[in-house]
Amino acid sequence: MCPVLAVTNTAKNALAMGLATAFVLIMSNLVVSSLRRYVPKQVRIVTFILVIATFVTIVDYLIQAISLELHKALGAFISLIVVNCLILGRAEAFASKNGIYRSLLDGLGMGVGFIMALLCLGVVREILGSGSLFGLQLFGEGYQEWIIMLLPPGGFFTLAGWLLLFNWLAKRRERRANSTGKESIS
Amino acid sequence: MNSDPLWAIFLNACLINNFVLAYFLGICPFLGVSGKLATATRMGGAVTFVMVVSSMSAFGINSLLLMIDAPYLKLISFIAVIASTVQLVEMFIKKMSPALFRALGIFLPLITTNCAILGLALFQTNKGYGLLQSFVYALGAGAGFTLALVLMAGLREKLELAKTPDIVKGTVITLVLAGLLSVCFMGFAGLSN
Repeated sequence: MCPVLAVTNTAKNALAMGLATAFVLIMSNLVVSSLRRYVPKQVRIVTFILVIATFVTIVDYLIQAISLELHKALGAFISLIVVNCLILGRAEAFASKNGIYRSLLDGLGMGVGFIMALLCLGVVREILGSGSLFGLQLFGEGYQEWIIMLLPPGGFFTLAGWLLLFNWLAKRRERRANSTGKESIS
Repeated sequence: MNSDPLWAIFLNACLINNFVLAYFLGICPFLGVSGKLATATRMGGAVTFVMVVSSMSAFGINSLLLMIDAPYLKLISFIAVIASTVQLVEMFIKKMSPALFRALGIFLPLITTNCAILGLALFQTNKGYGLLQSFVYALGAGAGFTLALVLMAGLREKLELAKTPDIVKGTVITLVLAGLLSVCFMGFAGLSN
C-alpha cells in the first residue's frame, strides 16, 4: 500500500510502478508455487521474502537499464516493492497451496487489478496537478495547476476521494436492492 | 561520505521529511494502529527501537558488501537481516524483560513487514551516512513516526465523538485527516532553508 501513494503523482510513474509490481507478483507466484513441495513450513515466510527480493532486484536493474530518468523518479520505492503486503500475501495465501498454472493466472489477475488501481490514482493526480495526461497537455494556457495534488497530501486526498466514490456506489446499490425487494413483496 | 550535521539529520528525518507523511512509509501501521492513543505510543516506541537496531546492522552489512564488491546483494541481505534481527530482539526481550515484552506484545513481528524499516536502511545507504549519522537518522525517523502516530491517534479519538456522515466513516475520513496532517507537516519544509 505504501508505494501506491508515493509514486502515483503522474500517470506514467503509476503505470511503471504497476507493471514492476505485477511482474514481481507473477514471477514470485510462479516460483513459490513450483517450490511449494520442497519448502519446510517453518521457514516458508523467509523463503518467500527472499524469492520476492530476488525478483525485485532484477526489476530494479531492468528499469535502470531501460530508463534512467524513470528510475530516478521512482527512486527507492522500487526496492520497497519487497515489503508490499500484496505480494507476500498472495504467495502465502494462494501460490503456496495451488498449482503453477493457477498461481500464474492469480498473479496475472492481481497484477492487472493493481495496475488499474494505481492508474486511477495517477491519472487523477496528474490531470489535476499538472493539467496533463501521460505528458500530454489537456487544458489551455490559463489552467491553474493544483500543485497540492502532486505533493504527498494529494495522494491521501485522491485515495480518500476514490474510496468515497466506491462507498457511495455500494450504498446506492444496497438501497436499490432494498427498494426493489420491497416492491416485489408488495 | 555525507557531512550533514547531526542535528540537521535529526530534524530532517523527524519533521521535514517525516517518514509517514512525506515519504508514505509505514502507512499500514499508521492507519491500522492509530485508533487508540495508548497503543499508538507503544507502537511508536517499538518501531523506534527496531529502527535503531536495524539501521545499525544495515550499516554493517553495507560496508561488508562494499568490501566484497557485491552491491546487487544489498536488498536481499537487508531484508533477511532485518527479519532475523527483529526475531532476535524479540527473543532477547522476552528473556531479559518480560514486562517490556508484554508491553510491545504483538507489535514486534508486525514491524518486520513495515516498509519504514527497510526504507530507512535504503535511504541511509543512498545518502552515504556514517555510523553515528545513521544512528541519529534512525532516531529521528523513529521520533517522526511516533509523532505522526500519536497525533493521528489523538485526532481519531476526538473524531469518534464527532458527527460524521455515514458515507465517509472509517477509512475515508481517516485518509482525509492524514492528508490534512500531511499539509501541516509541509509547513516544516521552511526549516530546511
